[in-house]
Amino acid sequence: MTKLSELASLVRSKNAGPFVLTFDVLFDDPKVYSRVKKSKVLSRQLFASLYGVSENTVRFFECDNALGFKFSIPRPIFQGDIGDSDQHGGQQYVPLMEVEIP
Amino acid sequence: MEEIRFIAGSGGLGGGKVLAEPVEEALRHNLHFIAADAGTTDAGPYSLGSGRSNYPREAVKADLSILLVAASRAGIPLLIGSSGTAGLDQHVDWVIDIANEIAIENNIKVRTAAVYSEQTKEYLLGLMKDKRIRALDPAPHLDEQVIRDTEHVVGMMGVEPLQRAIEGGAQLVIGGRCSDAALYAAIPIMKGFPEGLAWHAGKVMECGTQVCVKAGRGVVYASMSHDSFTLRVFGKNLEVSPQSVAAHSFYENGDPYIHVESSGSMDLEQCRYEATNDGGVKVSGSAFTHGDAYTVKLEGAVCVGYQSVCIGGMRDPFFIRHIDIWLAEVRANIENSVSAILGRHLKSGEDYHLVIHQYGRNAVMGAKELETTLPREICLVLEVTAKTQEIATKIAEISRQPMLHHPIPEWSGSITSIAYLHNPVPLDRGAVYRFAYNHVAVPRTKEEMFRMKFVDIG
Repeated sequence: MTKLSELASLVRSKNAGPFVLTFDVLFDDPKVYSRVKKSKVLSRQLFASLYGVSENTVRFFECDNALGFKFSIPRPIFQGDIGDSDQHGGQQYVPLMEVEIP
Repeated sequence: MEEIRFIAGSGGLGGGKVLAEPVEEALRHNLHFIAADAGTTDAGPYSLGSGRSNYPREAVKADLSILLVAASRAGIPLLIGSSGTAGLDQHVDWVIDIANEIAIENNIKVRTAAVYSEQTKEYLLGLMKDKRIRALDPAPHLDEQVIRDTEHVVGMMGVEPLQRAIEGGAQLVIGGRCSDAALYAAIPIMKGFPEGLAWHAGKVMECGTQVCVKAGRGVVYASMSHDSFTLRVFGKNLEVSPQSVAAHSFYENGDPYIHVESSGSMDLEQCRYEATNDGGVKVSGSAFTHGDAYTVKLEGAVCVGYQSVCIGGMRDPFFIRHIDIWLAEVRANIENSVSAILGRHLKSGEDYHLVIHQYGRNAVMGAKELETTLPREICLVLEVTAKTQEIATKIAEISRQPMLHHPIPEWSGSITSIAYLHNPVPLDRGAVYRFAYNHVAVPRTKEEMFRMKFVDIG
């Protein structure tokens, strides 16, 4: 088992507009990307459980030409609203780093 | 026309990433135009709400100066979108004033089009009445009262107003809020190049060198034919790869393939990205389909109140191990004091909001934090939001004492529970805003939301 953070070239989160948070897991080696894709570990179910959100709010994409996976969810607090402590949504990816890939 | 060539002069005008040398290098390829985006919502609703720009005037002038002088010398148009961060009418005028100063200093004359995109409340209320405002997903609640309470609303222009400006003879277009990709797509579409390629080129270029393997200072260059476009970069240590270009469609987008614009949607699922032997990336297969209606994305900000914050640190492990109970007791004390001093009519959670962030413990992730061990030190940030600055400041002043001396069972006698950073403790933040629209307007005509003015600067 290897942590996603040791396999990916980039794990990040960011606003996709003020109302959506998006999470990217990108690779620079097609073999490593395939290994992660074939493992089927990354899924809407996994993301929903990591972030405590309902599965039907999670969008999930596997993009072979970009060697990347993407998750998108509605922002739990809209950007800049009272209580939002990550204006750019840029530090929300950490739970994904710890995901173990066989 | 068989080929059109253009550059992204900057991914964010005022960000200080424009350098004269790579612009000069690109100009040797006989460019047809230069474009640069100058705004974003990514920084937050403050600029849209307050009218301030995110960058100082000097920074915008430095970047614009390089691009305007280069475009003027080459005799090609320069398009600036989302002027002054939010693209308000006052932001457009601010950038025109800066451009005028540059033109005078460099002894050049430039036919300029200002394209305004701010929307009046009366116009929006009329659209709402005619059911011409549609919610996107997810959208905050929008009704007539929200429209009346909005500080500023802008409509995001597509290619059409930019094309009218160019057709009107503008050599410099200073746009209000503008689709970033439209800045690059407008002229190629006018010249008959396929819409899919034109929009996709704009999509990958609008953030400047962020499309590179590693971002840096330089310009992104595209040459487009009728079946593909090729991307290259000019600037030190910059390179693009098929994967870096493909992956850029991930950035800040909820969907990596479908990107909705005023006149339709880009579909990038079937795209091909190939390396060329001169270090470029050739892109083909980009599709664009027209939607059932012409839509204009709305952005608006409402003032949610005024803030005052108190910042302090906690180091005593006895306090830290009681932090949740301690904070609950402190919050109750503050709320009781506010009622007793300022009046029972002030309700927490309605008339004012108290948010306490625990930096070092879970401030960044909030309830989603998975780590449960307690840290050695916690920075507490108490954030008070109220309807006026006066009340927010008073509540912060009232909060200072309960945070400073609230006891724990381990210690008897008077104890100080927090190391405040500042004197006076409360920091007034002024007005704060929220984005109140994730909606599109369906205008009656493509032109009605955007007003144009031609001026000769210099």
